[in-house]
Amino acid sequence: MGKTIVCDGNEAAAWGVSLAKPDMIAVYPITPQSSLAEHLTEFIASGRLSADLMDVEGEHTVLSVLQGACLAGARTFTATSAQGLAFMFEPYYRTPNLRLPIVMAIVTRDGISPQTVWGGQQDAMTVKEAGWIQMYAESNQEVLDSIIMAYRVAEHPEVLLPVNVCLDGNFLSYGIEAVSLPDSRLVDEFLREKSTNWHAALDPERPMAVDPLTGGGSAQGASMFVRYRKGQCKGMQKALGVIEDVHAEYAAKIGRSYAPLIESYRMEDANFAIMTIGSMTGAGKDAVDMARNQGKMVGLLKVKTVRPFPVDALCRSITRIKALGVVDRSVNYGWNAGFLYQEVLGAMYHGTTRVSAVSFIGGLSGSDITVEKHFRRVIDVTERAYRGDVVKETIWLNEDD
Amino acid sequence: MKKQAKRMFDPSTIPDDLCPIATEFFDMQVGDWRAKRPVVIRTKCTKCGTCWAYCPTQCVVERDTWFEADLKLCKGCGICAQECPRHAIIMVDEEDS
Repeated sequence: MGKTIVCDGNEAAAWGVSLAKPDMIAVYPITPQSSLAEHLTEFIASGRLSADLMDVEGEHTVLSVLQGACLAGARTFTATSAQGLAFMFEPYYRTPNLRLPIVMAIVTRDGISPQTVWGGQQDAMTVKEAGWIQMYAESNQEVLDSIIMAYRVAEHPEVLLPVNVCLDGNFLSYGIEAVSLPDSRLVDEFLREKSTNWHAALDPERPMAVDPLTGGGSAQGASMFVRYRKGQCKGMQKALGVIEDVHAEYAAKIGRSYAPLIESYRMEDANFAIMTIGSMTGAGKDAVDMARNQGKMVGLLKVKTVRPFPVDALCRSITRIKALGVVDRSVNYGWNAGFLYQEVLGAMYHGTTRVSAVSFIGGLSGSDITVEKHFRRVIDVTERAYRGDVVKETIWLNEDD
Repeated sequence: MKKQAKRMFDPSTIPDDLCPIATEFFDMQVGDWRAKRPVVIRTKCTKCGTCWAYCPTQCVVERDTWFEADLKLCKGCGICAQECPRHAIIMVDEEDS
């Protein structure tokens, strides 16, 4: 039987990893991921988790050794944050192209400079175009459950892509909640047999070079290169359905369900809505409830899956509303707005509904997005947009804090 | 390993657009890239082996009374000519030879 413990998000992540039974783990400590690494090493030292732990000198090597392990058929895990992720970028960017089902937690943290060790989603959002699947958790329980589900998504034969489970640094990584541990046998049944990219997997009976020079102007180079790129895009699009199926199966087997792509909260009769991501969502829902009590017809959309972006799910969820206030914990410098906001603008072009969208940026470098001060403002400004005001400027929520 | 081999050779279970692999070996002649070739002046060569020790591609081969580059592998970097204490190696343009 499963049991309930009280722990922070980093420990919840380590329990999720432990239940997924990876064969090899490599981690290099970095704030705010460090205690996740410590819990994993403790689980291995105590025998709770039977995995090889690689002691390596930095994040570049962390992911490189896991690529090798994955090519040898191992189930693998790692976790990092911010500058560690930046140092990991060279193998990070190669992993999806090699179609390796590695699972990595990003304990999200704001980007340097200015020097910061606190939460924000600048790290994960900056690398979201590299080809990894990205899911953002709202609670510590969702961190644990999503790490288990991530292996089913990554190892699906029609997906075969690496997955990031993103948890907010500080708010989730160090925030303590009750977390239910699912029964290990049920998790085993749910996860099924380990799988990897067998096309490139190590086999002494079939010697090969993985990732030879491909492309260029020579015979068939261009068409071969396009075929691999298109295959990768096909896997990414396939992942949307697989993520939904895996969440449904997890709910049926383990008994906990989450909106796999976009969650709708009080949207049935809403005239306008706010959009959240990750741990800020609880405060967002409280603010929506308070506004509802004052007669405002507001709802909330929470994005869990950012890559692949759930375009259809977004278009379906905005058909009844006229305005949407998008709250980001990261800055898209190129657009002078939030990343999620920009995703929403892009997705709307694929649907028939255009809503008036407003970009809010808050929660940078560990700052708080509170119900009373910040979400109330988000709702008020979005309501103004619903009434017809044009709000073009990005609103920086913690500007006066 | 048996299990992997079985899966790998059942093509119906493996998409062919996952990632590139190479199973045939091609012998690339890096000597084809060369712009200048090292020519050993045998009367000056004392067979000290400095060129052999310095060659980054380890293509210097031993002859009876001298050393010289294996031109299938020599990229023409000129380090041997630079390091030779007897100035017994000169670099000659490929176009002229």
